[in-house]
Amino acid sequence: MNMAYVAATGAAHPGPALPGSLQRNRKLGQWLRFADHEHVDVFSGKVELGQGILTALAQIVAEELDLRIDQVRMHAAGTDTSPDEAVTSGSLSVQESGTALRWAAAETRHLFLQAAAAALHCAPAALRVEAGEFLHADGRSASYWTLAAQVPLDREASGAIAPRDSSDYRIVGQPAARLDLPSKVFGLPSFIHDMVLPGMLHARMLRPPAPAARLVSADAAAAGLAPDQARLVRDGSLLAVVAASQFLASRAAAFAAPRLVWGSSPATLLPDEQALPEWIRRQPAVATLVAASGEWPDAAAPPARVFSASYSRPYLAHASIAPSCALARFDGGRLNVWTHSQGIYNQRSDLALAFGMAQEDITVRHVESAGCYGHNGADDAAYDAAWLARAMPGQPVRVQWSRADELAWAPFGPAALVELQAQVDSSGNVQAWRHSVRGNGHSNRPGRAATPALLGSWHTADPFPPLLALNAPLAAGGGAERNALPCYDFPVWQVHSHRLLSMPLRTSALRALGAHANVFAAESFMDELAEAAGRDPLEYRLAHCSDPRARAVLNDAAGRAGWPGSHLAEGCGMGIGFARYKNTGAWCAVVAEIEAGVDVVVRRLTIAVDVGTVINPDGVRNQIEGGAIQACSWTLKEAVRFDSERVTSDSWDSYPVLRFSEVPAVDVGIVGGAGPALGAGEASLGPTAAAIGNAVARALGVRVRALPITSERIRQLLA
Amino acid sequence: MNSGGTVALQVNQAPRRIEADADLPLIDALRDLLDLKGTRFGCGAGQCGACFVLVGGHAMASCETPLWAVAGKSITTVEGLGSPGAPHPLQQAFIDEQAAQCGYCTSGMLISAAALLRRNPCPDEAEVRAALERNLCRCGSHNRIVRAVLRAAAGSHSR
Repeated sequence: MNMAYVAATGAAHPGPALPGSLQRNRKLGQWLRFADHEHVDVFSGKVELGQGILTALAQIVAEELDLRIDQVRMHAAGTDTSPDEAVTSGSLSVQESGTALRWAAAETRHLFLQAAAAALHCAPAALRVEAGEFLHADGRSASYWTLAAQVPLDREASGAIAPRDSSDYRIVGQPAARLDLPSKVFGLPSFIHDMVLPGMLHARMLRPPAPAARLVSADAAAAGLAPDQARLVRDGSLLAVVAASQFLASRAAAFAAPRLVWGSSPATLLPDEQALPEWIRRQPAVATLVAASGEWPDAAAPPARVFSASYSRPYLAHASIAPSCALARFDGGRLNVWTHSQGIYNQRSDLALAFGMAQEDITVRHVESAGCYGHNGADDAAYDAAWLARAMPGQPVRVQWSRADELAWAPFGPAALVELQAQVDSSGNVQAWRHSVRGNGHSNRPGRAATPALLGSWHTADPFPPLLALNAPLAAGGGAERNALPCYDFPVWQVHSHRLLSMPLRTSALRALGAHANVFAAESFMDELAEAAGRDPLEYRLAHCSDPRARAVLNDAAGRAGWPGSHLAEGCGMGIGFARYKNTGAWCAVVAEIEAGVDVVVRRLTIAVDVGTVINPDGVRNQIEGGAIQACSWTLKEAVRFDSERVTSDSWDSYPVLRFSEVPAVDVGIVGGAGPALGAGEASLGPTAAAIGNAVARALGVRVRALPITSERIRQLLA
Repeated sequence: MNSGGTVALQVNQAPRRIEADADLPLIDALRDLLDLKGTRFGCGAGQCGACFVLVGGHAMASCETPLWAVAGKSITTVEGLGSPGAPHPLQQAFIDEQAAQCGYCTSGMLISAAALLRRNPCPDEAEVRAALERNLCRCGSHNRIVRAVLRAAAGSHSR
């Protein structure tokens, strides 16, 4: 539900086509302002999630306006101040916001250059622009700030002034230090958790013990709370304690929780976590032929060989290091909310739905939190804070989720089952390929449906219905079917999706969406086909691949890794994985080197990535490496655990993630670098998962088709 | 349940008297009473390291440490390591190596690393990884953090 989602699902905007998010936020002044005498103030609708986007956008603006990067002041998004860019997701911020800012800044510079030339009675060509000053050779000058009153930016962009050529870049393409890092390294207030509103109260939510449980009575809990220390706020099964300090709120929550009386409905028992693929296969689903090419071979002309295999992944948690947090204040009809949501406008529209308010009466502002990898608990916490603020007008309220709720109540990345079939010729080359993905939808974000997608609103006495997760259209990157389309030149192929109509655990967008399971499956299957044909996995891929940029990343990663790794010791192995993210984004190949002892240890990841034009090379490396390490964690360790009623993986003990001693060396090479800028945030996850699985298979001769790849699974297969 | 009183301790080398419930978690005293927001809350169970502070030179989880347990002790938070004007070598190294993505775990990483360098000024990579094993990072900045700690150690050692 980034702008690509909006464009793929919404009505066309009247007026000439403008680049990126300028299309829907057409005034220059929505993006850039010269309010003081030192800076340009930049307003993007995209938000900092720890990915470094504001630094990359600042580079783009500094480049086009001929400013130093320290003259650029980035502002956090707010519904009252920034352009509406829907959601910060899908590795699209550089394309959507970066493109808009590039064109807005180029046109702004052009307008100021004209004004400077008029003021200095010279031709525009007689002026050079440095650090915001328009300098004439005779020593006279003007600046953005001296001219600001004469150049109103409250005008639509024309789209007629082209940004500068990439060969002239001096800031874009160079490593830039993150603007937000110093304050974090020195422990200054940086996050939403650090925000203080005068007189604010602290709240703790009291969630049901299981998704299906409903509150019968809170009387015993309420009776034991001294009203001056904490009060209970309840609407149906939605419940919180509010107190003057975090300590009192936590203590009251600990007192109240065991005194609540919950009932349960047996209708929505959770599936058997040990048999998820079978459960997924049995569920009612919406079947779609996502895409196909060529005519499926006639059964009368049988191929040389037919292979099929199934792969799966479990539910995955976002497992952000910070618990979700939000603040809100309700003043006589006006609601102010501070949130770390990825989509402040979408959040606002769902809050309006939930409370029956007009959107104009709600202001939502973004404040940073810990790293965000998709639709986590941020939006739900914002609802919680807003609900409590409405219950006590004039009183600012701060809500902070518990670690247990963060791991058990935030949406999960859906479990998935991928079934593959290939018909191959006598040399093992693929003639026909069928990819079928089954699972819940990957999109359950606010701002899309006729009722709110906010957890708390489903628990009130007069609740809204829980929403079923959907999949975004393929034109917007798809959901479950993301990267289900082959990245190779298969003569005939089909992609099918089966979106489940039952959703016992709430699912929504987690980094890379379907690309993780799909690339793990397809690239594992490619290795299995290569092995059956007695061919080298790299050679086998290249034989099916004419795209020069795909070949370049495959060859680069393999070359630097020392492919095929025949020098490695017994029990060690090298595996390769590749995908072009979303089939339209960055090309990424990963070679994993693993050692299989008591546990599988990933020693090294050698990665080659082509993200087109690079804005901040250090930012690209950081995102690609971070994604690869997170994928290592998913691949080796992670699975949401649950019994028949409730999620049980609600601590770092029961939901372990990769630790320092388990993190591999990572070597990221950026190749290519031409053409449009593509996102870097999600490209490495699928290829990394596949490379690890393939390395395990080559080291041990055991093919693990169900994630995570644990020593238990390997032992079962070896037995 | 109510055991209000005064606890005296040293925070970042300054003597502080905190009037609060003796069971108050140290993190709440630091963040909410002393307005030192650099110590971040992560889990409340001592399992992630985001809230680590130095207590007498050892990295401890301030979310699980009640105020009474640090009476008379010397606490160092991330703010006490250094400042923008006078950065600790570790803080400078984290900036030089761009050793973060979201930066939420950074304070705890710096504290664990500072404790390590106190007891072992010249650690090797495996020793750095072992010292940071209790600190979780979800963004995948681990290798940059290790490089930053090694850089800080090398810099301090060569001086």
